[in-house]
Amino acid sequence: MWVIGPIGFATPWLLLGLILLPVLWLILRAVPPAPIRRRFPGVALLLGLTDDETETDKTPWWLLLLRALAVGAAIVGFAGPVLNPDVREPGQGPLLVLFDGGWADARDWPRRIDRAEALIAEAGRAGRSVAVVRLTDQPETPVFQAANAWAQRLVGFSPRPYAPVDLAGWATALPEGGFETFWLSDGLDHPDRAALLAALEQRGPVRAFESPRSLLALRPAGFEDGAVQLSAIRLASGAEQQVEVSARGLDPAGVERELARLPLTFAPDATEATGALSLPPELRNRITRFEIAGVRSAGAVSLTDDSLKRRKIAIIDGQAGREGLLLLSATHYLEQALAPVADLLEGSLQDVLLASPDVVILADVARLAPQEQDAMLDWLDRGGLLLRFAGPRLAASDVARTEDDPLMPVRLREGGRTVGGAMSWGEPKALAPFPADSPFNGLAVPEEVAVTAQVLAQPGPELAQRSIATLADGTPLVTRREVGQGQVVLFHVTANAEWSSLPLSGLFVQMLERLAVSTRPSALDAASLEGRIWVPQAVLDAFGQVEEAEGLPGVDGADLARATGPGPALLPGLYAGDDRRLAINVIGAETELSPMDWPATVPVEGMETRVEQVLTGLFLAAALGLLLIDILAALWLSGRLSRGLRNAPAAVLALAIAVQMAPVPALAQSDPSAQTNDAFAIEATTEVRLAHVLTGDSRVDDIAAAGMRGLGLRLFERTTIEPGDAMAVNIETDELAFFPFLYWPVTADQPLPSAAAYAKLNKYLRTGGMILFDTRDADLVRGGGTTPEGRRLQLIAAPLDIPPLEPIPADHVLTRTFYLLQDFPGRHANGGLWVEAAPPDAEQAEGMPFRNLNDGVTPVVIGGNDWASSWAVDARGVPMFPVGRGYAGERQREIAYRFGINLIMHVLTGNYKSDQVHVPALLERLGQ
Amino acid sequence: MSLSPTLRARAEGLGQSLPPLLAQAEHLAATVILGEHGRRRAGMGDEFWQYRPAHAGDSARMIDWRRSGRSDAHFVREREWQAAQSVTIWCDGARSMSFTGDRARPAKRDRAALLSLALAVLLIRGGERVGLAGEDAPPRSGRAQLDRLTLALAGAEAEADYGAPDMTGIVAHGRAVFVSDFLGDLQGVEAALARAADRGVRGALLQILDPAEEEFPFDGRTIFESMGGTLTHETLRAGELRTRYLSRLADRKARLADLARASGWHFHCHHTGESAQSALLWLFRAMEAGG
Repeated sequence: MWVIGPIGFATPWLLLGLILLPVLWLILRAVPPAPIRRRFPGVALLLGLTDDETETDKTPWWLLLLRALAVGAAIVGFAGPVLNPDVREPGQGPLLVLFDGGWADARDWPRRIDRAEALIAEAGRAGRSVAVVRLTDQPETPVFQAANAWAQRLVGFSPRPYAPVDLAGWATALPEGGFETFWLSDGLDHPDRAALLAALEQRGPVRAFESPRSLLALRPAGFEDGAVQLSAIRLASGAEQQVEVSARGLDPAGVERELARLPLTFAPDATEATGALSLPPELRNRITRFEIAGVRSAGAVSLTDDSLKRRKIAIIDGQAGREGLLLLSATHYLEQALAPVADLLEGSLQDVLLASPDVVILADVARLAPQEQDAMLDWLDRGGLLLRFAGPRLAASDVARTEDDPLMPVRLREGGRTVGGAMSWGEPKALAPFPADSPFNGLAVPEEVAVTAQVLAQPGPELAQRSIATLADGTPLVTRREVGQGQVVLFHVTANAEWSSLPLSGLFVQMLERLAVSTRPSALDAASLEGRIWVPQAVLDAFGQVEEAEGLPGVDGADLARATGPGPALLPGLYAGDDRRLAINVIGAETELSPMDWPATVPVEGMETRVEQVLTGLFLAAALGLLLIDILAALWLSGRLSRGLRNAPAAVLALAIAVQMAPVPALAQSDPSAQTNDAFAIEATTEVRLAHVLTGDSRVDDIAAAGMRGLGLRLFERTTIEPGDAMAVNIETDELAFFPFLYWPVTADQPLPSAAAYAKLNKYLRTGGMILFDTRDADLVRGGGTTPEGRRLQLIAAPLDIPPLEPIPADHVLTRTFYLLQDFPGRHANGGLWVEAAPPDAEQAEGMPFRNLNDGVTPVVIGGNDWASSWAVDARGVPMFPVGRGYAGERQREIAYRFGINLIMHVLTGNYKSDQVHVPALLERLGQ
Repeated sequence: MSLSPTLRARAEGLGQSLPPLLAQAEHLAATVILGEHGRRRAGMGDEFWQYRPAHAGDSARMIDWRRSGRSDAHFVREREWQAAQSVTIWCDGARSMSFTGDRARPAKRDRAALLSLALAVLLIRGGERVGLAGEDAPPRSGRAQLDRLTLALAGAEAEADYGAPDMTGIVAHGRAVFVSDFLGDLQGVEAALARAADRGVRGALLQILDPAEEEFPFDGRTIFESMGGTLTHETLRAGELRTRYLSRLADRKARLADLARASGWHFHCHHTGESAQSALLWLFRAMEAGG
């Protein structure tokens, strides 16, 4: 390879071809472009004309330059140019290939193996012996062997799902004698790394390889503020980066799938990105692991254990409805204790049982309805936990007095007792230490906890067995009984501080936790880990895949408590104890990723930005592009480009260059329709405007426009509605939302609106618009759509979201919004009018002329009286069409105008007039 | 050259949209042959002119009995004296006429033949006598003449590169129409016009040009050849010649217009890129005008 500056050439002798360029120049220069022969009768007029200039019988210089450049680029391209060529000196002596082999290597493991294979093959060619070492293994002295022996074993190498743990051990295990080291580093600064590096540098030169890709890892998910808190970390801070965290778990069908996804964004120069994922409890409890999407590494996977799971607890208060102070509420302390660690359900017992809670708490509830009791027993059989608290009601009731109540752990004596009160002897009783078989065993009993009142259990043979906590004098305080797969637990005191100070103490929360009412919000402490064997259920491999942990030995809790992170003896995974599970993740909550800082003596490969780049394609493409331009230029010179393209060469040239050099920037196309839309919107909204729908029949459209003009004039004269000029609306293209009212004359051959227009119309109708459909045939669609317009209207209206209709009732609000009307004539007087049907429960109030009708405005009014023709006036305000005959006809036109005014009033004021039905009631109330 | 069999059909189609042409005859000269041109005086013809009292000498056949029956006197129905005009068309058949600058456009010859025959259709419908210059088709009336005209117009292409008007067969005091591109030597045109003026013939010059000839859309090194190959001209920059070519073309048109005006003819330039209708309308008006 021959190198000039940053560019090397694979076959430099081809560059000798550049010497030919001047020759080419001379040859090309001597050959002018070939003439075109044209038959042209006008040649008779050309005879005798001579050319002004004669220099173009030679090829112009710029075309020569273009061609020389093209040929030059081709020659350079074939000579195999390489940018930043990789020229490395081969090493000497044995070669030690060092893998970190941890989870951080997994993301680009194949690349590392490729690199190692290339190294080993190179060493094999040089006759050097090779040893390959994975630092995650137990330290042992590497053995240098023939290169081809390693080449085959390398295939079976895989990373381990933890970080290298014993680098100091490796430093001491290194053999004596000089060798060269190639360290395929994962980029992380593991403990004792410097010591190992120093030991290696004593033996010989060290080279390192680091992946330039950023290293991503996911911290264990926490739960806070009602949402799952996720945190991702990265090794190298730099530009803004977005990662997506995928929450995976079993779906209801038992198939593992992605349940949720949360994008996290690393701010520039930040190494940590956090986010909160809010999920419904059902979904959240199913999550088994979080992982960074698209990253194959154990560090990007975080298994979840019980700490994310939250139990559903229903609290039923027997005193519900009784007004009282908050602190005296029977459930206040329970809610305070449970709200941070559980999902509380509220509602009646029947309702909450349907939600299958984990725990139901009955606070001073004495007796349940038989139906509720059956449901409760079913639920207990399926494994529910019923937690009951005593109280005045329970003490006063006869529940479990004479016989065992299935929902009570023990029988109760009548009345209960009060100790330490004003009317009794003795002191308030303290708690006895918890017995060894009690679930509360080991909890410290605070001295200040005292019981002043309780319900008493009926003595019996099972009482001692069922008591799990007693007072100092031996009376049971908490009793428990198994029912089916579930259990019933009774606290013989109230859930508030009325009978005891237990709810005020931290012991209360601990007791609830021991009863598995609430779950441990944070990590297990060493004490709870020790003394148990934790059995791995599933383990992670280095690539973040979850595998069944078959045949793996259990881990002693003491070891688990000592371990700082996963290692060869403690693979990351899910470990099960007695009643809870523990996730061991590669990345802990406090893990920081710190980059390895290589000393200057160690050349680091892979991080450099100067990547070897073959330029052959670029040069050949440039040559091809230049030749294409040359074709155009030659055509242009010889006049073969047609005259229409006279200005094109520049554009083609620019285009060719743009395609060559860079992707054409996407130009923001200014939408010409946006401007007109804006103009339309401004015009439609500056004033109240009546509008009519364009039918495509210009005559009908003209009449509709004239009708709107006439109606607008009458409105202007008689009412406070002062509409602007009417507008024509194309339902396909125009925005409808600006218009309170649309007049839609129906023609027999009107095209049906498109699906998009229907969507727009339905939205318009739903959001309070009104359309007056006018079939203009005087024959209402009542007869089953006998006229062509009627049939068309049925077709048009079929996809519309129109409520049930009825012929306008005599007390409809349209009859009195401005004028009192009973007829609604247009040019025709005999057609009826259909409006939205009144609700079936509309009743006529006593003494009122109208029913108490529906709120809102009817979205459509349908008729066939050709109102537009009766309203239509020309530009001078003179009616355009005759209506009826003589005075009666003018009267009909007047009524038609009144209908129009009533209609627009109805559109704009809604059910205002309808509300007058309440006037007597209002007056009566004012009178008081 | 193939003037297709549809030429006549197309020509008739073009002619159908115009009213029958009534060319005004200037003279009552020897060429008067009864036709459908009202002479504003009683004579032989088809159109009613007036009733006049019968004189002695009028044969009984001439008395209009229906009119006479309404009064006591006898009346004779007189008809208007009508005359027909002879129109001779010279349609240039030289090779330069077979040029077209674009495959989508008809050759100049096609357009010339179409216009000539359309004019003939109109004139014959109007009762005129139409013929072609030369020996093939002397002026005659009647629709059968159209077939002869069609055949003659579809005749063999001339050998010459550029054509000159042929005056043979042109009837004195008649009308003549010259359809050509007039790109050849103008001396032939001048001679023809001089002779026509001598014989009292009036008419129209219709120059048919291809848009390419009007615009000269050429560039680069080009060798121009006439259609027959007799003339050649080589240039290295055809684009440079455009302005000079166009000014020469304008000179030629002006010269033709001058010639026409001097001899009482009409001149019009028609491009094959335009509609043939406009040219036919112009020809129609030129025949109508009192020249």
